[in-house]
Amino acid sequence: MSLDPKRHLSRQIQQIPRSGIRDFFELVIGRDDVISLGVGEPDFSSPWHIREAAIYSLERGETSYTSNLGLLSLRQEISSYVERQFGMRYDPKSEILITVGVSEAIDLAFRALLNPGDEVIYHEPCYVSYNPSITLAYGLPVAVSATPEDDFALRASTVESAITPKTRALILNFPTNPTGAVIERRELEGIAELAVQHDLIVLSDEIYSELRYDGAEHTSIATLPGMKDRTIFLHGFSKYHAMTGFRIGYSCAPGILTEAMMKIHQYSMLCAPITSQVAATEALRNGAQAARQMHQTYTTRRNLLLTRFRKAGIPCFAPGGAFYAFPDIRATGMTSQGFARELLEEEAVACVPGDAFGPTGDGFLRCCYAANTEALKEALDRICRFYSKKIRP
Amino acid sequence: MSQLLDLLQKDARKTNAELAELLGLDEAAVSQEIAQLEQDGTIMGYTAIIDREQHQPNKVTAMIEVRLSPERGGGFDRLANRIAAFPQVKSCFLMSGSYDLLTIVEGEDLREVARFVSETLSTMNGILSTATHFQLKTYKANGLLRSSQPDPDRLPVSP
Repeated sequence: MSLDPKRHLSRQIQQIPRSGIRDFFELVIGRDDVISLGVGEPDFSSPWHIREAAIYSLERGETSYTSNLGLLSLRQEISSYVERQFGMRYDPKSEILITVGVSEAIDLAFRALLNPGDEVIYHEPCYVSYNPSITLAYGLPVAVSATPEDDFALRASTVESAITPKTRALILNFPTNPTGAVIERRELEGIAELAVQHDLIVLSDEIYSELRYDGAEHTSIATLPGMKDRTIFLHGFSKYHAMTGFRIGYSCAPGILTEAMMKIHQYSMLCAPITSQVAATEALRNGAQAARQMHQTYTTRRNLLLTRFRKAGIPCFAPGGAFYAFPDIRATGMTSQGFARELLEEEAVACVPGDAFGPTGDGFLRCCYAANTEALKEALDRICRFYSKKIRP
Repeated sequence: MSQLLDLLQKDARKTNAELAELLGLDEAAVSQEIAQLEQDGTIMGYTAIIDREQHQPNKVTAMIEVRLSPERGGGFDRLANRIAAFPQVKSCFLMSGSYDLLTIVEGEDLREVARFVSETLSTMNGILSTATHFQLKTYKANGLLRSSQPDPDRLPVSP
């Protein structure tokens, strides 16, 4: 029997294009000479005390299910961390849900919120899962652009122009993957006013919020007037604590939303893995110092990258957060895809083409500086050499 | 300038140009800062970390606990400084607890260290007792694991 996608696959799945990242991945895989700045994760292994706590938990035989919401002890730690760090108070018993990474929480939130045809606004360039997650929940993704002229920070007026009577929700991600952009408080306040005025739910993916540079400030939209009741605050351990493979994140939201998300989570996931929950608890209790050290290392690598780009004349705004830089390669006249492919072929450096994160990313390249400093130096030498070759043929 | 010190402690051979790039400063500012730190004694020196078990497997290292009687006026300092001045003594610390000084002594072989303890150290005036512990194997020194594992593989491209 031969399978026919049109007959055997759901229309929703057929609608979703292959990820641009996967296409690029196929080109890179199998080449072992490549220096990669193409990853979306820290180059550090999780700090040893976190791994050791996970090992000890396994030794003690903690291999059972947990509460659907997650271990209460972890939810309590999250509650006090979120209050300390961001200034919001959530009840660990009813307003915090432990998920398998922020990705799962995003999926849960859209499925819990949307009816077919509901519109969700998201800003591009952005993390690759937002658009398909909305589609999979039968919503209509509506992209708005964060532009290079604004250093990829979003403007409230841009959001406003996309709001229709069908708009139900808005997803924000600052600092942003792939640009490293942060948003000004003034614009965030404008967006909050729009959300209140148009009765929108806001998903705020703040996974990179601790990783900020040059004194960039961070405000969670949930702290703005009228917002806590309509915000799903999303955070996790992957980036700041270098725990991507543990797949552990959480959402904080009013009880009614948390309960709705939990209904889906309990049937699709049951609970996040207990070992990961124990590791996350350890990260919150004792992980501040190790995380600070990693952050400091990113800071030096970011300095290195920006200095090299400046010397080579590659335009790149100074990103206020995350561990990405988003240099502008438009002066070469090449597309992002063309630049990234030739850079890979000629110089064996992998950077993700900016348009993999939405069409507004074309003409840019995502360079992740969460890479070994020596490798980063070599990669930057090669990128700068390649750029100057292309700009002065 | 704790970030500069962190970088130097990890790798003191980095050039000022390299340090400047990592710190986002210009080279002149870095060399001025280093000169200042050297001058005020914050940076005491620069040294290579050598895996002695590979380079000089027969050399012996001992941790010697020393009890001594404090002196009126100077406490332990005068005697501690005398002990610390011996070239065999690589480190010397005043400790809390059941003994007073911890000295780390290196010698060409067991006999040399034993001689230092029995003929020099324990015969000094004011030394009450010593207890010598020979180092058998190094797992980690100067913050570096001796047998470090290769970095685990990561995906070359991820979202």
